[in-house]
Amino acid sequence: MAIKKFAVAAYDDEEVLFPAVKKVRSSGYKIHDVYTPFAVHGLDEAMGLKGTDLHIAGFIYGLCGTSTAVGFISWIFTSDWPIIYGGKPHFALPAWIPITFELTVLFAAVGMTLTFCYLNQIMPGVKKHIFHPRQSDDMFVMAIEINSHMSEQETVAFLKATGAKEVNVQVAEAGWWYGRWDKKEPYELAAGN
Amino acid sequence: MNDRFEIPARLKNTSMFLIAVGVLTLIGGIACLLMGHNSTDVDKSRFWAVLLHDSVFFTMITGCCIFIQAAVALAQGSWLVAYRRVPEAIGANIWVFGGIATVVTFLIVFCYKDSHGINAIYPWVTPGNDKVLLGKAPFLNKGMFVGFTLVTVGLFTFFGNKFRSLSIAQESAPKNDTKIYWKVFRLSGLFLLVYGLTQMSTIPWLWIMSVQAHWYSTLFSWYTFASAFVSAFSLILLWVVYLKNQGNLELVNKEHIHDLGKFMFAFSIFWTYLWFAQYMLIWYSNQPDETFYFKMRQQGPYSIIFYANFIINFCMPILIIMSRPSKRNYFTVTFMAMVIIFGHWLDFFQMIMPGPLGENWHINWYEIGIFMGFAGIMIFCVSRTLSKASLVPANNLLLKEAVVHLS
Repeated sequence: MAIKKFAVAAYDDEEVLFPAVKKVRSSGYKIHDVYTPFAVHGLDEAMGLKGTDLHIAGFIYGLCGTSTAVGFISWIFTSDWPIIYGGKPHFALPAWIPITFELTVLFAAVGMTLTFCYLNQIMPGVKKHIFHPRQSDDMFVMAIEINSHMSEQETVAFLKATGAKEVNVQVAEAGWWYGRWDKKEPYELAAGN
Repeated sequence: MNDRFEIPARLKNTSMFLIAVGVLTLIGGIACLLMGHNSTDVDKSRFWAVLLHDSVFFTMITGCCIFIQAAVALAQGSWLVAYRRVPEAIGANIWVFGGIATVVTFLIVFCYKDSHGINAIYPWVTPGNDKVLLGKAPFLNKGMFVGFTLVTVGLFTFFGNKFRSLSIAQESAPKNDTKIYWKVFRLSGLFLLVYGLTQMSTIPWLWIMSVQAHWYSTLFSWYTFASAFVSAFSLILLWVVYLKNQGNLELVNKEHIHDLGKFMFAFSIFWTYLWFAQYMLIWYSNQPDETFYFKMRQQGPYSIIFYANFIINFCMPILIIMSRPSKRNYFTVTFMAMVIIFGHWLDFFQMIMPGPLGENWHINWYEIGIFMGFAGIMIFCVSRTLSKASLVPANNLLLKEAVVHLS
């Protein structure tokens, strides 16, 4: 749990959001995240987000699935419980390929889904701070971290100048935590939001 | 903008050289047959089988380029539009390869007989007392063969030229006029019907599967289609990269190359799926009338090609162009496109050769020379067609969408 202070700017158009994001970055502010109602193409590049290694993780999960399937089936059919059926040899590789394929896909899919959830900090039973109630409706919300070296007023004024409709300062948990949406956390109650 | 393609002298000379090599090889092959005192039945079969192999391979790739245009038009896809003149130019030349394939297959069906009076390439032409072949005679006969071949090549030629001429007509049409767009849309639906009844079913049965007329596989046409499809995308990619290197196709960027790379990758896997599905069912049920096909290929004299086929067409694509950066790298995709075309050429080789040649197969001057000849014809014809019209499908309704397209 890391509770931090954020300056939150809400825009009502992505045409305003894009130059704002670029301006904020070039002025040296650190963008915590940008929340949009829909996927905005090119926003990740504008924010300077790097591509993740999710696909490499997927490849490794797939390899795990392949080796699990081939290893387990070959152990069963050649040493643990060898049975002859259909006149095939014990090590009947072609017959195992469909299951190997399915297990490869299963491992890769499930593994990548969980990794994706971890990277995006989403999971059932997990809570994240919502900066603006309309960030999933019609507002584009940018949160900027305010540290002790920064002036709150200056940051807010700067964000207002970039065309934000609403700007406020919030104290919020930066990460994710186990919690319930119908109950407020102590820090939320203390901060009054 | 550099939207006209001037054929560079080097490309023209290369294509002329390749065609010359092909013609000389053909003359050499004929000379060996006529003057060789000890030319056996196998030598004659080899002469025809190699011609059949290359003409069918190139016809199927070319036909697939028409299919790609039709499928994309029907799906209202824009990703192809930035370089659509390339598949158009390849597809519009189907009459060349289809014509060669028609001549070759008809010569084999009507003229070729070995010293025992048997047609060693299409055994169903001379069934004798063979019960299996006589049972298949209602479909596998000369009339059906001629009919399907002529109808297929004729319709493909019509659609290949039609799609190109309509696309060029759009350039001079009024701006944002949708008349041609919907005409292409309707014709595409019609073409898919034609394609489904020809290249996706009957034509591979007649042209290729009937080389081993005793054997059959219900998956065969899909399998050859997958081969041709992935080769067609590789061919389109080679042309796109070549044109970009010449300074044309300025609207095409890495996103489009990435698209083509994805198709090459995905349909290599699709090919493997069909390759394995056909193999595994036959391996599992173990019926003698089906397994002899794979006995010869996997455990017999063709085992090198059988495994090379698997390594080149599955292992190499999956390992080399799986990752995103390698699909966006001009060198790796170009390299893999050449590898894939060669791999599927080998795939067609092992479909056709075991029937007529048995263990006496070669990949020697004759096979390579004829392949070079066909490659030369492809380069010559396609570059000539490309140079006749603008490379940018200006006024195409989807052009803007195609240019800002993100892969």
